[in-house]
Amino acid sequence: MTLCMPAADPAVMVRRASIAEALRGLVPPANVITEEETLRAYDSDGLTAYRQPPMIVVLPETTAQVSAILKYCAREGIKVVPRGSGTGLSGGALPLADGITLGLGKFKRILEIDYPNRCIRAQPGVTNLALTQAVQHAGFYYAPDPSSQIACSIGGNVAENSGGVHCLKYGVTSNNILGLEAVLIDGTVVTIGGKHLDAGGYDLLGVMTGSEGLLAVITEVTVRILPKPTAAKALLLGFPSNEAAGICVSAVIAGGIIPAGMEMMDRPAIHAVENFVHAGYPLDVEAILIVELDGPPSEVEELIARVAALAREAGACYCRISANEAERLAFWSGRKNAFPAAGRISPDYYCMDGTIPRGALAKVLARIREMETRFGLSVANVFHAGDGNLHPLILYDANKPGELARAEAFGAEILKLCVEVGGVLTGEHGVGVEKRDLMPAMFNDIDLAQQQRLKCAFDPEGLLNPGKVFPTLHRCAELGRMHVHGGKTAFAGLPRF
Amino acid sequence: MQTHFSPRQLADPALAEANSILRACVHCGFCTATCPTYVLLGDELDSPRGRISLVKEMLEQDKPATAAVATHLDRCLSCFACMSTCPSGVDYMHLIDTGRAHVERTYRRPWAERALRATVGAVLSHPGRLRIALALAWFARPFAGLLPARLRNMLKLAPKRPGVTATGPGTYPAAGPRRMRVALLTGCVQSVMEDSINAATVRLLTRHGVEVVVSKGASCCGALEHHLGRLDSARAAAVASIRAWCAEIDGKGLDAIVANTSGCGTLVKDYGHLFRGDPALVADATRVSELVKDISEILATLPLKFDAVQALRVVYHSACSLQHGQRITAQPVKLLTDAGFDVRQPAESHLCCGSAGSYNILQPEIAAALRDRKAANLAAVQPEVICAGNVGCLVQIRSGAKVPVVHTVELLDWATGGPAPEGLAAGR
Repeated sequence: MTLCMPAADPAVMVRRASIAEALRGLVPPANVITEEETLRAYDSDGLTAYRQPPMIVVLPETTAQVSAILKYCAREGIKVVPRGSGTGLSGGALPLADGITLGLGKFKRILEIDYPNRCIRAQPGVTNLALTQAVQHAGFYYAPDPSSQIACSIGGNVAENSGGVHCLKYGVTSNNILGLEAVLIDGTVVTIGGKHLDAGGYDLLGVMTGSEGLLAVITEVTVRILPKPTAAKALLLGFPSNEAAGICVSAVIAGGIIPAGMEMMDRPAIHAVENFVHAGYPLDVEAILIVELDGPPSEVEELIARVAALAREAGACYCRISANEAERLAFWSGRKNAFPAAGRISPDYYCMDGTIPRGALAKVLARIREMETRFGLSVANVFHAGDGNLHPLILYDANKPGELARAEAFGAEILKLCVEVGGVLTGEHGVGVEKRDLMPAMFNDIDLAQQQRLKCAFDPEGLLNPGKVFPTLHRCAELGRMHVHGGKTAFAGLPRF
Repeated sequence: MQTHFSPRQLADPALAEANSILRACVHCGFCTATCPTYVLLGDELDSPRGRISLVKEMLEQDKPATAAVATHLDRCLSCFACMSTCPSGVDYMHLIDTGRAHVERTYRRPWAERALRATVGAVLSHPGRLRIALALAWFARPFAGLLPARLRNMLKLAPKRPGVTATGPGTYPAAGPRRMRVALLTGCVQSVMEDSINAATVRLLTRHGVEVVVSKGASCCGALEHHLGRLDSARAAAVASIRAWCAEIDGKGLDAIVANTSGCGTLVKDYGHLFRGDPALVADATRVSELVKDISEILATLPLKFDAVQALRVVYHSACSLQHGQRITAQPVKLLTDAGFDVRQPAESHLCCGSAGSYNILQPEIAAALRDRKAANLAAVQPEVICAGNVGCLVQIRSGAKVPVVHTVELLDWATGGPAPEGLAAGR
């Protein structure tokens, strides 16, 4: 592992057996996992570049059990890593050798469907797609749709503030949840928000959304549901160059159109996906755009025509409009399976997540092409073009010595490039461990210290998901990024690792 | 995914195959979403991704299986919903086979479990013994309350009265001009427990110009043993069938080998792979594999004459071995629709009913939970009859359903002039 995690505390690790015993008193004994082989299955989430078996895995079934576990851990000074479906791509659920992994896989029930208030109350382990499936017969859906929506959990979506192809028009997770139940590290169960908009006081819902398991463990989520648009159609557009596709994206947005989704894939991504999904993507183009328009049928028809015209002006050499629902879904199925389909062309991939101003797209893609030669690795690009969220997939082979390190360096350079052109480090996958050490490229010491103070307000001992999001003091000092004055760091009272 | 096999390990063809399967997995976790045991239990170890990790560790380290590893691999239904979901094309089926075989080799189960598994293997796939067991079950039924839970559970699956096998070895000539000649795999369990399915298949095929031969010796495909990780016993059963069919191919010739139990069909379609390490048999095994078709695939090529339209509301249960194992989803529904049935599809149609070979005997708690979930989803569309293409599913679903549960061919036989399936009144 080329990643530096907080040093494991031997004093905790020697108590492993007694800790497991204590946990068996708090949850059904079969829900405490301690054998070496079985812990390995929990050693990473969707980011496989970093692996670490946890000390113990515990799978509670109720909020009361979560509360009891956290209370125990707080008292005993044991670190806790919360985990949903384990599909995260920034290593947010990477275990700790001296920590317990708190899996929420057993929280699978939808608790309430409330149409008059247009919301669903669900346990955090319910998958994103299951929320939509629970209400689609009544004409409703849950809007954010990360590509992993078949498997990712709503609790994880809240923790990472996940987006998805439709967040261009309908917003990310934080715009689509109304309430949470969460357990603080001392075991206190708190309820934030409810079934209504605008809870009083500070926007704690906003604080919790995207907090990556550092502030509390989410045990219930109330999400908004929206009526399904009466019509939805998608255009599949092919372009002779990435630049032409980029120009089309800018023209659509500048034209005042807000598509339900606007996605771009470059040549390597198109080929990888078409092999698996057979979505009918054109193979002789450099880039494709999938543009979806939804709303009343007359509006959709009008906008489809306008987007098609703008695409022609931008130089599109291929244009197909979905003739029916099956074809629209086929267009999307390719995009939704793009990440894992990369497994068909490469044994491993490293999925990056940065956001750039839309206008910088062509420039950034050109720079990534240059880097490919320099790092000797190829990249397939998948891109939420509408909102500037870039997902380069760096293809590598972990069995070849040195390739992972090259992929990491390549990724870091891409993210720095995103910041350089005026963008940000992450769009929707979170910081986790993946982008942790790049945080100083975006935030100065004062920014980071302020963020850490918020963390300290919730978790003063730093027991919840330590080692994630914030760069290590050790690294910061090494790189001269942390201000050290007279041998003292700013906010010396803050826990650092 | 990164793997750590030594060059010496990779010289072993089974490990080399496992390695290439593992390398295709990118750990995305999509498979967890459609895995019945993960959906029920919520533990990574009971998901395909978790089991892949368990098998990987065990094989890489060449370690004997532990009780925990055996438990989690045993819980896999081999429904292969994960393979339908996997975007990276991970061949989970052959990886779990290798994993199970490793468990069989290196792990000694508690005696009660050993005895149960041995009994399942020894009885179910031998029609003579199964017939005796079912007769015993018939006598034991009044005393069910006195039996241990697992035996009581087995008893529940036994038919109310022992079946009669009418479709013995022999040739069933086509009515009218012959279009094709096929061999029918009657299935070891099916031929004893529900031979009416074979009878309906023979009537349906011969009525439409197909000569059907039931080959002596081809009575068991080996799938039940295969499910238990006993690859050698599975191969032994398969050899008899391969010999019988090859004799038929070389004799009067065969246009196809028809499987009307999709659980069997899935394995027979994979015989070429099962015998890949056996130079003496691999060619014949492959010949057989290439000829095997599910009954719905054959029927889709025949001009069926539907003359007795029954507008019943049918809910079609897609057997895992058909939809995930053989990727057959549309044909059965189209056939039933063409026959005039009002065909409905249930919610969660990708989830297993819990039958899964002998799974409902070996893992009764999980199997019952899956059956109840399946029964509720099927009942939600208010069907008048439930149909499926695999005898295991029929038996399993029947134990939780309030309406008749029949095989797809029984409905199609009925719609083309055959008798009404049991429980459905003719000419309603």
